[in-house]
Amino acid sequence: MIINGVTIDETFAEAFGMKATRAIITAQNEKWAMISAQAMTGFATSVIACGCEAGIEKVLDPSETPDGRPGVAILIFAMGGKSLAKQLETRAGQCVLTSPTSALFAGIDEGVQIPLGKNLRYFGDGFQIAKKIAGKRYWRIPVMDGEFLTEETTGRVEAVGGGNFLVLAQSQPQALAACEAAIEEMRKIPNVIMPFPGGVVRSGSKVGSKYPALGASSNDAFCPTLKGMTKTELSADCESVMEIVIDGLTKEDIDKAMRVGIQAVCDLGAEKGILRISAGNYGGKLGPFHFHLQEIMA
Amino acid sequence: MNALTFSMKHRLDQRVDMSPLVCNELEGLTHTEIAAIELQNGKSKIRVDEVFRIKGSDAQNIVIEGSFGKLDFIGKKLDGGSISINGDVGAYLGQEMKAGSIKVNGSTGIYAACEMKNGYLEIKGNAGDFLAAALPGNKQGMKGGTVLVKGNAGERAGDHMRRGTLLIEGNVGDYCGSRMVAGTIAVMGKTGRYLGYAMRRGTLLLWNKPELSATFNDCGAHTLAFLPILFSSFNKLNSKFAKDSASFNRVQRYGGDMSEMGRGEVLVKI
Repeated sequence: MIINGVTIDETFAEAFGMKATRAIITAQNEKWAMISAQAMTGFATSVIACGCEAGIEKVLDPSETPDGRPGVAILIFAMGGKSLAKQLETRAGQCVLTSPTSALFAGIDEGVQIPLGKNLRYFGDGFQIAKKIAGKRYWRIPVMDGEFLTEETTGRVEAVGGGNFLVLAQSQPQALAACEAAIEEMRKIPNVIMPFPGGVVRSGSKVGSKYPALGASSNDAFCPTLKGMTKTELSADCESVMEIVIDGLTKEDIDKAMRVGIQAVCDLGAEKGILRISAGNYGGKLGPFHFHLQEIMA
Repeated sequence: MNALTFSMKHRLDQRVDMSPLVCNELEGLTHTEIAAIELQNGKSKIRVDEVFRIKGSDAQNIVIEGSFGKLDFIGKKLDGGSISINGDVGAYLGQEMKAGSIKVNGSTGIYAACEMKNGYLEIKGNAGDFLAAALPGNKQGMKGGTVLVKGNAGERAGDHMRRGTLLIEGNVGDYCGSRMVAGTIAVMGKTGRYLGYAMRRGTLLLWNKPELSATFNDCGAHTLAFLPILFSSFNKLNSKFAKDSASFNRVQRYGGDMSEMGRGEVLVKI
């Protein structure tokens, strides 16, 4: 398959089942809601070493938030329910509770309920106040700037993590420009995050390493400087490869995000130095979710 | 299906225990069976059809026509469905109700919504003393749900209240929120003396400055984030509380009762 001069490889991205939740952070203005959300989703690019993958899903209008203030919706993904709950609570306590004027609410009502402010309330040292409003329990925790308002729990749902595609380009600036265009479009899709810095990862990995202590190592088949030294996947004119990883609440959400992302890259086309779109997989043996590039773009 | 309607034939001299006539008890019964139910009337018992004409068949939607102030225990332990009452009602309206709704197109006697667990109770007229309170000797009053009073409420409203929301558009008598354990009482009108007497926790939300005991301390003026959420939960009510103009988030906060646990609050609109 070729779109606007860009070859779409006959391959697939391989993704895994994860647990996920959404939280809504509000503040006096969008600036402070965003600061809090950025802190909460910081150092959350990969479950390999961060414990979770998290990102900003979208900015919310005051009419869309529980307390009528500007807000930001974030998504957090983890491999298990316990690790998700731990990451959520730790990050909420250190990044949202501490952030001036913030409030924290559940972004998903259904599913297994996991603590959001349920344990943070003890920070109130006995002065905390519970309020059950319209079936939901909130905690009002006294803090130095006034009160921190948080919902007691949020819903945990089954999700999919690790959807991806690779952008192969003639040069590094062209690969980055294509990824930026893709991310801009993908951020408009609800229920997904692209957890790596700016949504783009340049250090895609393969399973295993020559060093026994490491479970993953550089994906040498896609490293342009190794073209003559390893079993490469790259053509002679390919100088740079970047990857976009997508976590989503459902497979369909990732399908949509991949489609608009790949389309945005292909819109730049061969004319802008884009050569191919490929994807990372492990032969289909590890992850139950397969995203076939050509099917998605059909 | 038409609402199962009980129309009062004549007013009785003695009080009537209406607790058998709730949706969950009448579901599936024929008119003959309902007519044969015996109600406590003073020291004696009377059949339902001696007091009421029965019409309709939908037991989940009960209407009581021609009610007056001696019909006690209406909606006791109601567990779903709705009861509408035209006229006044006696004591213990909606006692321990668990779910469903009760609407009274009149006023109620003492102990309306006492120890109510959940559901919705609306009183268009006035409520008597001990609204949403605990029965004498018991330690927990209303435990959940919402009570709306469009008129005034008597003394001891919310006495021992544990959880839930009590909304009063009019005035309340003395000792409002006394011995309150938790929950929210909102009063648009005036409040009497000894407001929040011995309250442990809970919120008294007021539109007018109250006469406070010396055991309530001023915590200053604040903008509280939970108030818009609380007000938005009133949006669907047929009430002054549902109006946008009723909503506010800036309050003067008083903490008390310091003679007790002292974790309660009186929030007064600024």
